Amino acid sequence: MTNGDDVILRFRDVHKSFGTQKVLDGLSFEVKRGRTLAIMGPSGTGKSVVLRHAIGLMQPDSGTVEVEGRDVAKLRGKELAELRRRMGYLFQEGALINWLSVGENVCLPLRENTNLPDAEIRKRAEEKLALVRVENAWDKMPSQISGGMKKRVGLARALITDPEIILYDEPNAGLDPEISASINELIRELKVRLGVTAIVVEHRVNCIKTVADEVLFLEKGRPLVQLPPKEFFASRHPRLVQFLGTDPD
Amino acid sequence: MTAALRFLNDLAAGLGFQLELLAQVVVRLHHVPRRARWIADQLYQSTIQTMHVVLLVGFFIGMIVSLQTGIELARIGQQDQIGTIVAVSMTREMGPFITALILAAAAGSSMAAELGTMSVADELSALEVLSVDRVRFLVLPRLVALVLAAPVLTILCDTIGILGGGFVAQSQLNVSFELYLDSATESLRDLGTVFPLPKDVFGGLFKAGVFGAIVAVIGCSAGLNARGGALGVGRATRQAVLVSIIAIIIANYFMTWFMYQG
Repeated sequence: MTNGDDVILRFRDVHKSFGTQKVLDGLSFEVKRGRTLAIMGPSGTGKSVVLRHAIGLMQPDSGTVEVEGRDVAKLRGKELAELRRRMGYLFQEGALINWLSVGENVCLPLRENTNLPDAEIRKRAEEKLALVRVENAWDKMPSQISGGMKKRVGLARALITDPEIILYDEPNAGLDPEISASINELIRELKVRLGVTAIVVEHRVNCIKTVADEVLFLEKGRPLVQLPPKEFFASRHPRLVQFLGTDPD
Repeated sequence: MTAALRFLNDLAAGLGFQLELLAQVVVRLHHVPRRARWIADQLYQSTIQTMHVVLLVGFFIGMIVSLQTGIELARIGQQDQIGTIVAVSMTREMGPFITALILAAAAGSSMAAELGTMSVADELSALEVLSVDRVRFLVLPRLVALVLAAPVLTILCDTIGILGGGFVAQSQLNVSFELYLDSATESLRDLGTVFPLPKDVFGGLFKAGVFGAIVAVIGCSAGLNARGGALGVGRATRQAVLVSIIAIIIANYFMTWFMYQG
């Protein structure tokens, strides 16, 4: 058992269905502060749904999702906004607002939710863009930058409020191996430099080996195993052998 | 029976969402000064980019009204009244109505498509995660812009329609342009009790503002609720135009009844 004080995010017996399709079926797990949990599993097992529950974009049919001991589904208005300000979310395609420039996208959360002067907001945004190694793109539109760059900008936007928890939804999806490696390195660096807690939904072995402290394998909405990466990849569990045997990495 | 109940349920839910959206915009109106840039962008899109259509359609509508009524009036020797009929028809009814239909087809569909694309591309979820108020950020500028754009375009439509009617009156009905304009302006002299504007012009502009709000609310709500990729965006766009046209016609009847009854 883990020490309760260390646990920053906890799922307790979470069930979720869409119509007749059961997506999460009694999911329970926890993430300790400063650690990175990778969630792996076949397509359609509810990996992204887990992230959406963690940040309150979806509510469980039953069970609870707690962040720092608070039930996310019960938070409303300012409380939920406050919690979300302490969390970052990297969407699969970056989800940049397509009619705002790169700079405006990164500044958006601070412009909309704070009274900071414009110069200060710009300074912070430039720092975050430098952190994710996107320079000289301030005035570019999302349609003018590559997929990898969109993810970096999306990450800079997620980092602008200095979150304590970051949720990554398939950060390597659609990227070539070289850019994937740089994104993985960036995720690892953020953990080391900023000490953020993270959940990474991913199926690429290279990514998980680079960033994860623990790997949770989801099967039909239930946790099959939760192990450190070394043990996870050495496991002889027949389902893991079958799944990892088909991995392109 | 079940299908009918589901239809009524969807209709009530849609109407409820649209009214809630409108109320949410109203309570955020004090944010208008901070949204000036985006309101100006939306105004440009909905005014400048549709103006040529409004002018062309307005001109032909004026000519059609003039021709249709002129032929009948000529039979009883009353063709000098064409100016009155065209001016009253354009300002009370045709100007705001035609403008609203053009806005529904051009601006309302564009709003549904823009917001629908944002919805299916996770951009709306991103706004939610970033605690950005999407009503303040997306709906307010669009609604304010259309409420302002619709009366401006209606004035243009009214003016060009009356001129088009005059062109037909002179060229085909042997009514001099001066006589036509005199009768048109005479018919619009009746000032309203609330605002010192010709009653018919003000009534038409009021209607136009309401139509602008209807088009924006329906377009935005269709876009915000779009689901299911490109197909969902297409469905939202189609729904925005159809529902807007129906709502405009129903609202038009009740406003006409309220303003001109008795």
